[in-house]
Amino acid sequence: MPVSVTHSRVIYAALKACDVRIISALPETWLVHLIRMAEEDPEVTLVRLAKEEEGIGISAGAHLAGVNSALLMQNHGFLAAINPIVSLALLYKIPLLMLISYRGSFGEKDPWQTQGGLATEPILRALNIPTWHLTDPDDVTRRIKDAQTLAHASLHPVAVLLERELMWED
Amino acid sequence: MLRTDALQAIYPDIEDKIVVTIMGAVAAELYMLGHKEHFFYLEHAMGLASSMGLGLALALPEHKVVVIDGDGSLLMNLGTLSTMARYRPGNLVHIVFDNESLLSVGGFPTATSTGTDLAGIARASGVPSVLEANTIEQLTTGVSQALAGETLTTLVVKVEAIGPKTFFMDLGLLENRFQFVRALEAMKQKKV
Repeated sequence: MPVSVTHSRVIYAALKACDVRIISALPETWLVHLIRMAEEDPEVTLVRLAKEEEGIGISAGAHLAGVNSALLMQNHGFLAAINPIVSLALLYKIPLLMLISYRGSFGEKDPWQTQGGLATEPILRALNIPTWHLTDPDDVTRRIKDAQTLAHASLHPVAVLLERELMWED
Repeated sequence: MLRTDALQAIYPDIEDKIVVTIMGAVAAELYMLGHKEHFFYLEHAMGLASSMGLGLALALPEHKVVVIDGDGSLLMNLGTLSTMARYRPGNLVHIVFDNESLLSVGGFPTATSTGTDLAGIARASGVPSVLEANTIEQLTTGVSQALAGETLTTLVVKVEAIGPKTFFMDLGLLENRFQFVRALEAMKQKKV
C-alpha cells in the first residue's frame, strides 16, 4: 500500500509533540499508519468511532476536562460531522484539531471521492475554519503545532488538510 | 413515572458527579432542581451528550461521569452505544430517559413508541451492564449500583412524556461551558 509510512511517522510525532492524549479516528486508506501508531502507543487513547460526529463530542469532553485531543478523519468524515462542528464546537467555543485526509482533489483516481473533494474547501470556508494544506514533510511539525496553538487561542476548530503528495507514494 | 420525580430521586447520588445532559426539558428540570458548576447542559448537537460523556470519562478516569440522555437523542447516535461498549470506561454511567417522544419539539412519538428497545440495542452493542427501570425504586437502586461499581452501565428509564412549564435557564451557554471547565479543574486538584 503506497501510503507513506515515513510521512505518517512525522505526522504522528507532531501530534505527540502537541501532547495529544486522545485520538479519535475512523479508518480510511491514507490514515492506516497513523491509526496503527496511535493504537500501539500506550500514552495515547485511540477511540475508534462508528461515525465521525461522535469524535466531535469526544474531543469536546476531553477539552473541557483539560486533555488535548485530535481527530483523524477523511474529508467525507468531516462532511459527516458538520452539525456537531456547528452546534457543539462552534456554539460552545471548543477547539478541535482536525487532521483531514483530502481525498477527491487533484490527482484523485477514485471517482467516488471527487464530489467530497469539490465540497471540502468551500464548506471549511463557510464555517470559517482556518485551514492549512499540508504538503511538505519538513513543514509538518511546525504546522500541526501552529494549528493546535491557534485552536486553543481562538477556542475554535482548525483543519489541517493532509494532501496527496504528503500521504501517497505513487 | 415523571422524569422530574426521577431526577429528584437520583439527585442526591449525582449532585457531586460530573453530569452531561441533553437539551430541552431534561436540562431545565435538572437545572431547576439545583444547578452545579460541574453540570453541563448540551443545548444542541442532539445525540452527542453520550459522546461528550465518553470523552470526559476517558480524560478523567478518576472521576465518575453521568450522562443524562433521552430516546430521541440516543436514536440519533446509536453508534455511540457500540463505541462506549468498545472502550467501556467503568466511570461512565449512561442514563436514558425514554418518554417515547420528542417532547421538547412538539411531542412527536419516537421509534421506542412502536417497539424499538433501547436497552436491547445497548445489550446487543456490548454495553457490559444494562439496566431497566420502570419505578423510582428500580431507578435509584440502579443508579446507586452503577455509581458504586466500576462497570459501564446504560440504564433505560421509562418515563411519562411530560416536561416542565418552561425551559428557561438563567445560564448562558458559554457561562455554563466556562464554569464547567473551572469546576472540573477544581475537582482534579482535589483528587491530587
